Amino acid sequence: MIPLFFNQNGVSWLFLLIILWPSISVSQEAVQGNRFAKVSTGYTLVFPRDYGAHPDFRIEWWYVTGWLETDDKKTLGFQVTFFRSSTGHHPENPSQFAPKQLIIAHAALSDPSVGRLIYGEKSARTGFDLAYAKEGDTNVKLDDWYFVRDADGHYQTKINAEKFGMQLSLIPTQKMILQGEHGFSRKGPNVEQASYYYSEPHLKVAGTIKHQGKTLAVNGHAWLDHEWSSELLDSRADGWDWVSMNLFDGSSLMAFQIRGKDGAKLWAYAKFRNAAGEVRFFDPEQIEFIPERVWQSPHTNAVYPVEMRIRTGEIEWRLIPFFDDQELDSRRTTGAVYWEGAVRIFKEHQPAGQGYLELTGYESALDL
Amino acid sequence: MKMVRLFCWLLQGEWRARFVQIIVAVIAIAMGVALGFSIHLINTAALNEFSAANKSLSGQSDVQVYGKQGFFDETVYPKLAQYEGVKLVNPVLEFTATVSAEFENRDDHKLKILGIDVLRAADISPDLLGVPGEGRSMDSFADDAIFLSPAAMEWLGLEQGDMLYFNVGLETIALRVAGGLTRAHAGQRIAVMDIGAAQWRFQYLGLLSRIELKLESNIHHEAFKVKLGNELGEQFYVSEIADQEVRIANMSRAYRVNLNMLALVALFTGSFLVFSTQALSVIRRRRQFTLLRVLGYTRRQLLLQILTEGFVLGTIGALFGLAIGYGCAVLAINLLSGDWGSYIFPGIQPSIFFSLQNAALFFMIGLGVTVLGATLPAREVVSANQASALKSGGEDSTMNRVQRSRSAWVCLFSGVLLTQLPPVYELPVLGYMAIALLLIGGIALMPGLAKLVFSFLQKYVSRYSKNVIILMTVARQANAPNQASIALSGVLASFSLIVAMAIMVLSFRVSVDQWLDHVLPADLYVRVADSGVQGGFQKEEQNAINSLPGFSRTDFFRVQQLTLNPDRPEITLIARPIDAVEPGNTLPLTDDARGLDQLPKGAIPLWVSEAMVDLYGYAVGEKVMIPMGNMWYEFQVAGVWRDYGRQFGAVQMQLSDYQTLTSDFSINSVALWLDTETTMTEALVALQQLPFSNVLEITQSQHMRESSLAIFDRSFAITYVLEVVAVIIGLLGVAASFSAQMLARVKEFSMLRHIGVTQSQIKRMLAAEGCFLTAFGVVLGFVLGLGISLILIFIVNPQSFHWTMQLYMPWNWLLLISGVMLVSASLTAWLSGRNVVSDGVIRAVREDW
Repeated sequence: MIPLFFNQNGVSWLFLLIILWPSISVSQEAVQGNRFAKVSTGYTLVFPRDYGAHPDFRIEWWYVTGWLETDDKKTLGFQVTFFRSSTGHHPENPSQFAPKQLIIAHAALSDPSVGRLIYGEKSARTGFDLAYAKEGDTNVKLDDWYFVRDADGHYQTKINAEKFGMQLSLIPTQKMILQGEHGFSRKGPNVEQASYYYSEPHLKVAGTIKHQGKTLAVNGHAWLDHEWSSELLDSRADGWDWVSMNLFDGSSLMAFQIRGKDGAKLWAYAKFRNAAGEVRFFDPEQIEFIPERVWQSPHTNAVYPVEMRIRTGEIEWRLIPFFDDQELDSRRTTGAVYWEGAVRIFKEHQPAGQGYLELTGYESALDL
Repeated sequence: MKMVRLFCWLLQGEWRARFVQIIVAVIAIAMGVALGFSIHLINTAALNEFSAANKSLSGQSDVQVYGKQGFFDETVYPKLAQYEGVKLVNPVLEFTATVSAEFENRDDHKLKILGIDVLRAADISPDLLGVPGEGRSMDSFADDAIFLSPAAMEWLGLEQGDMLYFNVGLETIALRVAGGLTRAHAGQRIAVMDIGAAQWRFQYLGLLSRIELKLESNIHHEAFKVKLGNELGEQFYVSEIADQEVRIANMSRAYRVNLNMLALVALFTGSFLVFSTQALSVIRRRRQFTLLRVLGYTRRQLLLQILTEGFVLGTIGALFGLAIGYGCAVLAINLLSGDWGSYIFPGIQPSIFFSLQNAALFFMIGLGVTVLGATLPAREVVSANQASALKSGGEDSTMNRVQRSRSAWVCLFSGVLLTQLPPVYELPVLGYMAIALLLIGGIALMPGLAKLVFSFLQKYVSRYSKNVIILMTVARQANAPNQASIALSGVLASFSLIVAMAIMVLSFRVSVDQWLDHVLPADLYVRVADSGVQGGFQKEEQNAINSLPGFSRTDFFRVQQLTLNPDRPEITLIARPIDAVEPGNTLPLTDDARGLDQLPKGAIPLWVSEAMVDLYGYAVGEKVMIPMGNMWYEFQVAGVWRDYGRQFGAVQMQLSDYQTLTSDFSINSVALWLDTETTMTEALVALQQLPFSNVLEITQSQHMRESSLAIFDRSFAITYVLEVVAVIIGLLGVAASFSAQMLARVKEFSMLRHIGVTQSQIKRMLAAEGCFLTAFGVVLGFVLGLGISLILIFIVNPQSFHWTMQLYMPWNWLLLISGVMLVSASLTAWLSGRNVVSDGVIRAVREDW
């Protein structure tokens, strides 16, 4: 759902501040006036146009998570995110360097033999064709990193991080899912806190990964989220838990809950679609995230409910992490710490699928 | 063990008896070493700081790309970002902006601003990232925000949240101080803002000043530089940090080397004093040493004894010197902020770095000079005929071996020869060697000259005067010139240096004064901050100024910086109206110029400063290429002018030529001549009526002259310090050598008492001796000093700073300092004689068995 951004080079506070701390984004918005477009219920998503960027909105991201298998049957988790953010720059500035949009890319690899998340990131302002998020169809580029949707609907992405690299093709095998009401996805009790949001589950993945000095051919499946908004979170929100599931029977589920400062559920959402394409919504009251096992990070001392039970209506899903230490710790540079990891999905004690879980707002020492 | 004890015993005995002289010798060594060492420390500190400050701006990049004409088109940026082998790229727009505030010094309200893309800079120059206030993270991208280094905040008296105003052309823009640059180099005054905002607000749209590159680890830097340089073409140069350091070092090299040379000369002067003290001490104990030899001391042991003395003295003195030098350097850095009051290293705050290696070097120089001072006389003593040496009165002959006229002439002659040779690596090393040789030669020549002069005086005086004191004095100097010369070497060295510096500084000052007359002919100068790469006044404002009442003439200037050679600092291009019939009316031309009618038809005339001739080899009549805008143009050198303002070079051309070639009709400054009926006040009021008067920087040429001369005086403050130190060393030398001589001449004085000379007569005789000797030293010192000043003026200055000047003599100052020297030397001689003469007469005579 909402990828949290951090950055080694000391600029992601910006995104944290925009996204994590809604009070600030609200006040900044107040300063800048209502320059950004608003998310409203009446809008119908049009494709391929809405595959592309929406620069009138404050923030937007294309977010891919998935599971991979190498030729020698080794399993890996991966995440690739391209993020666009409007800076609210002065529209009259004619400079080519005017920071109209910022592009951030973020990639991570989960390898249990390493035991820790491997990640890389990059950020730049748009301009000079070095970095852009184009309108019309998915086409995001940041120097030599990119995420593009071809005319046939296949996605191509390339990541060239310091510690690893990926070059992957993502091929849709099912129709996309419009989240919320026809793509209008509420994020809180207030109807203005919303985004436009669609997902492409069960993407077939093929490509190569550069890891530990070797280039490995990989195959797997992934989940793509594309979401854009100008105002997201309620000021009472403290963090969220989010999960996406590619289930073995071809069905898929996305669920999230926004937690308040007291830890209680402020808002929740889940949408299930089976292989036949039948869709089922759940009301916030029908959704429950129940911590099953917590893991305390040796790096940050933060305590994460890495094992969860998630109830959607009468169904109960059990989430077991691929491995525990999938925490992103960038306190040294940005102060952002969260857990973002591959999880195995069980239903009634049987393996049911693979997914990704995101846990934010658990790290207490954020004032560092 | 016995030997060692004898050693110590002899040393102790000597030092206990001659405590004051030992102290003087130690002080002399210490002063020489201290002076040299402190100047060296300050210079290195300033340079290190300057280069570190510059480096902190370039961050950790491997390679940097610059435009030869300063700013360049930003289109090269995406090219470089995608260039093979480039890992990270960081575009930078660096410029100086004019803070709109009232500051006293016209060059003092410039602030260096770096426009950066924080996202690109983060990996290459993280020190330049501003720290925004809490909850104001977007300020790093804001178009109204600026981040200031701590030094800049302090300098401007601003805090986070305050507004800072800049003049950009005729506009004033306001920026909010959004935060600090906590990691900026200490003392560095810089500001950082978003590159897009900087391009827009300061009118540098489409321009960059450099692009910093970090290369992939497998890339060979040198090969990459060459390849990229070829591909980018003539307009750009590609350099590494190391190249930058060369450029920075080049900027101040001449200045530093000259100061270091001066410090060495001071050490050298001090060494004369050490030498004379040591020599006198050895001579005085001649009989003592010979006695030791007779008693069975070997030559080697004796030599060792004398050298050990020198060694111990030198060690103590040099160590003191290092400590004092370090203390002085720290003090000077704190008081003068390291730039010696000069404009060479602006806006930085150096701190002293103690290098053991350099300290050892200065220690060795101090020690070496002292030991050398002991060696020469020691060798004579050791090899002397023991029987005759035991007798009284042979002291004077001791010096015969040391000083011979022939070697003196060789020194003087080779000194003169050296003045004819060209500079070494653009430094006047040979000029300084010539100065040293002149000093040595002059001092070595002194005994012979003294004998000549005083023999002549003796004849003359004995014929016309019956004054017994004068007779005795002259007779002594005529017949024992060697001792006189030792007493004088310190005086001579220091006085000649004073004379040389005084003549040089005055000549320079008068030349600068006259030059200012020539370059500031108008009554008023009006400047305006540049708007980006354009001058601040466009056609419209120029018309407004032209139509002002009360002015008889208005000249427009277009001044800008450009780079001809990447290894050298920028040169200045000045386009202005120049008298076509007689260019000498406008420019302070040297004799090296030709009339415009002598240039071929169609050639565009260019007048170059002397530095251009020395640094770039320009010659009158030659065709040269100069880059303007994005093009290179051919000019013909029509003349050479004197420029004391820009030692890295400057060229001037007709404004009309400039405008035809570049179509740049903007200008940055205006010279205004008042009508005969208009007063200065009326003129200023008229200027205030202009709609854009609030951004104008109006200077009366009178004030500009005064402040220029004030800057000049400040830059030479260090030479005044050196002069004072030289005087003190000289006087110390007089005191030391006289008191040493007094002791040696106890028997002579007692003899005189026996034949009826009164105590007061002896004292007067001593004063007269001091007076005569100093007078002789002063005259000789004047001649030597004049010679040295000629070298400084006509060789050292043109070779290191690329400007020539005319010779002017500071007669008043020279007379004054000669008077002071004479009086203080006579007083010293009189005072040191006082004690000696009062001792028991009988005892003194009996000593001579």
